[in-house]
Amino acid sequence: MAVDETLGEMLARRGFSRRGLLKFAIVMTSSLALPPGMAAAMAENLAAARRQSVIWLSFQECTGCLETLLRTSSPTIAALIFDFISLDYQEALMAASGSAAELTLRQAVAANKGKYLLAIDGSVPVADGGVYSLTGGKANVSMLQEFAPDAAAILAIGTCAAYGGIPKAFPNPTGAVGVEDVISDKPIVNIPGCPPIPEVLSGVLVYFVSFGRLPDLDERKRPLAYFGTTIHDQCYRRPFYDQGKFAKSFDDEGARQGWCLFELGCKGPTTHNACASLKWNDGVSFPIESGHGCLGCSEPDFWDQDGGFYTSLAGGKGPGWRDAGIAAAVGITGGAAAAFGARHKTTRPDVETPE
Amino acid sequence: MTLLSFARGPGMQVATLILIAGMFWRLSGILLLRRRVAHAAARNPFAVRLLGGAVTIFTRAIPRRTFWPRVGAGVVLNYVFHIGLFIVLFGGAPHILIIHEIFGVAWPDLPKGVIVVASGITLAALILLLVRRLCHPVLKMLSKPDDYISWLIVFMPIFTGILLSGETVAGYGALLAWHILSIEALMIWLPFGKLMHVALVFAGRGMLGYNFSRKGAAT
Repeated sequence: MAVDETLGEMLARRGFSRRGLLKFAIVMTSSLALPPGMAAAMAENLAAARRQSVIWLSFQECTGCLETLLRTSSPTIAALIFDFISLDYQEALMAASGSAAELTLRQAVAANKGKYLLAIDGSVPVADGGVYSLTGGKANVSMLQEFAPDAAAILAIGTCAAYGGIPKAFPNPTGAVGVEDVISDKPIVNIPGCPPIPEVLSGVLVYFVSFGRLPDLDERKRPLAYFGTTIHDQCYRRPFYDQGKFAKSFDDEGARQGWCLFELGCKGPTTHNACASLKWNDGVSFPIESGHGCLGCSEPDFWDQDGGFYTSLAGGKGPGWRDAGIAAAVGITGGAAAAFGARHKTTRPDVETPE
Repeated sequence: MTLLSFARGPGMQVATLILIAGMFWRLSGILLLRRRVAHAAARNPFAVRLLGGAVTIFTRAIPRRTFWPRVGAGVVLNYVFHIGLFIVLFGGAPHILIIHEIFGVAWPDLPKGVIVVASGITLAALILLLVRRLCHPVLKMLSKPDDYISWLIVFMPIFTGILLSGETVAGYGALLAWHILSIEALMIWLPFGKLMHVALVFAGRGMLGYNFSRKGAAT
């Protein structure tokens, strides 16, 4: 693709009609919860848009986020969006390595100063000067602080980049944090999930390319269109929750009937994501549809949640029998002291201790 | 830490410990108090006295016919409230789950619709009881801050529970946090206010019946 080629020209070259682009724009406006009238404007803007530079830095991560984004099996326009962006730096995908890769990064930053999107996957370790994750001998936190100022916006891809994720789990030896804990003066979009849903990233990219700004975000900087409701609100098993029909184990009759997994620890009621509507593997299924409760992977601190994955939200973490025994002993001691104190104050001759 | 994490973690732990310590403090304090010596000889043997105590727990649960015109409305409302609360507390699936987590016992739950209706009736009865307390000159005069605090402390878990079942005014997580926090407030207040009748009401009636039986009075 030529550098100055527009998206409309690229799609035409690949055999997509304008009608196809319009249909795609309609789907995306719907996906982004935009008014239907925006579809035409989006199609026009997309057709005229030029390549968007994206610099992707991988920090303390497992590459699962990148893997899921690459696993789009059909050549849809959404997939082509990823072709359309100019992914100027991504260590796992680029052919260059070593000093050549570093040079590519610096050239891309210099050429797109103030215009590139900085995509981050993985948490940022900050303990001990960030020595727990280095690229080319440079700490992740230093790289983030160096490349963030010249970015148009930052995309924190995956729960690790958004909130620290699994590396941040107790006892968090590397001092892992999310991008927003390090950078506070740049527009940041959190796209959490372990891994995140590919369509959400393509939606954010399409919006940015179409309108030149980021979509509306919620209080945790997540795209409102995708994270505005909970899994529970969109879940096809929700009617069973309302009827009080719950699976009691993963192999009982309730589980076979597809009843609600709330009692088996499903975190759908407190998890904001689009799994239940967009689903995974090109809309095949999502964890609850496959018979397992939601783990709440797109929420902060999901790995350390009280009670673990298989404790229902109704429960909590009580003090334990030992502490309860100590509390009882303290109570009895206090009560006995109060009672004996009262006895000494009593001077009536017709009062004595019980038989 | 989110509000829900606090409610399900440290909040739950502190509230439970205060509840346990407070309950044992009150119970041991009462049990170890000096009691009056009964100089008269007992009219009934020990077994009959015990039976008298047990019988009184039930006979005193309903007022005598003479008092019905004056206290009937309050009694009916109180029974509606307590039975409704019992249904919600021991019939709701999430509540049974908690009991199962703590004590390892469980039983079939009631449909959510039944729980919602029971919650609504319970809440209505509770509000009417407050109205009665505010309108009744004697009750109003006898009421102390403890009565109103205890009313509010009981009202909030039922109210937030109804909101939680509807999931309309806020997200499930926020409503669940408020529901759990309101229950924790109840747990903390329970041993120190009039809500302690949860543990004392039957013991008090039983003791009264026992003493009556000792004196040969009807129970």
